Amino acid sequence: MLDDFFVRAVAAGIGVALVTGPLGCFVVWRRMAFFGDTMAHAALLGVALGIFLSVNLTVGVFAVMVAVAVALSLLQRQHQLPSDALLGILAHATLSLGLVLIALMTWVRVDLMGYLFGDILAVSADDVMAIWIGGLAILAGVCVIWRRLLADTVASDVASAEGLSPERVRLAFMVLLAATIAIAMKLVGILLITALLIIPAATARRFARTPEAMAVLAAGIGAGAVAGGLFGSLHLDTPAGPSIVVAALCLFLLSLAAGLGRPRAREG
Amino acid sequence: MALQHLTLQEATGPARPDGALVAAHGLGVVRAGRWLIRDVSLAVRPGEIVTIVGPNGAGKTTLLRAMLGLERSDAGRVERASGLTTGYVPQRLAIDPAMPLTVRRLMTLIGRSSRAAVDRALYQVGIGHLAEAAPQTLSGGEFQRLLLARAISRRPGLLVLDEPVQGVDVQGEVALYDLIARLRDDLGCGVLLVSHDLHVVMARTDTVVCLNGHVCCHGPPETVAESPEYRRLFGPRAAETLAVYRHRHDHGHAADGSVVPLAQRQEPARKATTGGNRDDAR
Repeated sequence: MLDDFFVRAVAAGIGVALVTGPLGCFVVWRRMAFFGDTMAHAALLGVALGIFLSVNLTVGVFAVMVAVAVALSLLQRQHQLPSDALLGILAHATLSLGLVLIALMTWVRVDLMGYLFGDILAVSADDVMAIWIGGLAILAGVCVIWRRLLADTVASDVASAEGLSPERVRLAFMVLLAATIAIAMKLVGILLITALLIIPAATARRFARTPEAMAVLAAGIGAGAVAGGLFGSLHLDTPAGPSIVVAALCLFLLSLAAGLGRPRAREG
Repeated sequence: MALQHLTLQEATGPARPDGALVAAHGLGVVRAGRWLIRDVSLAVRPGEIVTIVGPNGAGKTTLLRAMLGLERSDAGRVERASGLTTGYVPQRLAIDPAMPLTVRRLMTLIGRSSRAAVDRALYQVGIGHLAEAAPQTLSGGEFQRLLLARAISRRPGLLVLDEPVQGVDVQGEVALYDLIARLRDDLGCGVLLVSHDLHVVMARTDTVVCLNGHVCCHGPPETVAESPEYRRLFGPRAAETLAVYRHRHDHGHAADGSVVPLAQRQEPARKATTGGNRDDAR
């Protein structure tokens, strides 16, 4: 079944969407969209370093993203510059460093567009397996920290004052997010990953009454966007990654339209 | 640092020898080269309501947060009784509109209070009818009541409140302070609170700590209201506020929450201590 490139692409895409949905909810709730974007940009530096040092690219990407997250938390200790300025510096500096490093390595040919915008139609059966195993591991991790991460997301200080230790949970979340971006890179490329995190979660918000429902819905909506985008891409001969994001956007716009039909004064 | 001491304390076992739930010893916090609070010592014991009053920028919230381990301290230390359940009502809490929640769910996000305990707490603070509402849609006063309900549904041993009734109407204010005092009686919990409402505070507090970077004065409300430092900070009219409610303050509480005559209550052990006279702590 996985012989067909299209079936492999759909299987890989759905595997990724099931992970980016729930994690994307936390990205939205914690207002970390720009953070996710920065991690994704840093991935290109990870690719470049991975090629340069001849290590597994996923490992390189993951390591650079964790390094960027640590650098950010260190930079945030000086209370002079706001976080979004720091993120802007890190995002574009790492992306540019990656591009420069790749250009300097004249002895390798790198499919830059594949990294920037994704190359889902080229995934192998092994890639699909890796995405599903990695994805399920990430989901298991999310389940383990769910309750504490949710408490920290809603009321960080209260959770901390009442005996939860949020630092470890936050660190775990960052590692899970980095791992998600590392496996999602192949699908839509580093420039579009944030869309896959945020758009399904934002679409799910209108229909969800609980955080859990929003996470499950976001996973489903993401999977729908992947399937729809890939079919569209096949029929219209458009690039796969951007087509998936456009499909997600269509679902988001539909959810907005559905929301206009029933204005909510006060829930409950 | 505060956190290290907390761990140390938890490792060494049972409650503090002096019976305090939480105690600050010579606590100081420096930010951007400025001491926000300095050399502050105070203790909260079971069944005791300790209120921190002070002008804007006196460091009230900083002190509270440092005692909760939320703020790194630069001098002194904080000790907390082991196995203590804390209920914390922060000064403000913003819930992102993108978070789908109900009031009921928010109540059990951190602790695992039973449904009955949640309903009871919501009813006690007067928002029982809002259990299924989205917390983002509550008014300021309603939300403040929700935060208080959440904290008390945990049946805390120590209740820490930062301006717990801001945005609450005047009637509700008195009712909520009555509720806090009643909880102290029912649960025997210690209460540490920051407040601006001088007259209400002065009526229902065992110990007032008057803060202005350092501890200006402290003690039972009657004593503090008459002290020159208090009058200097809040003006001579502030002392009069006590008279309004004085008649209500006709009894005190022993460590187990039982009612004792006011005269017996003022032994030194129940006082918060300042940096100036630490001997009181023994």
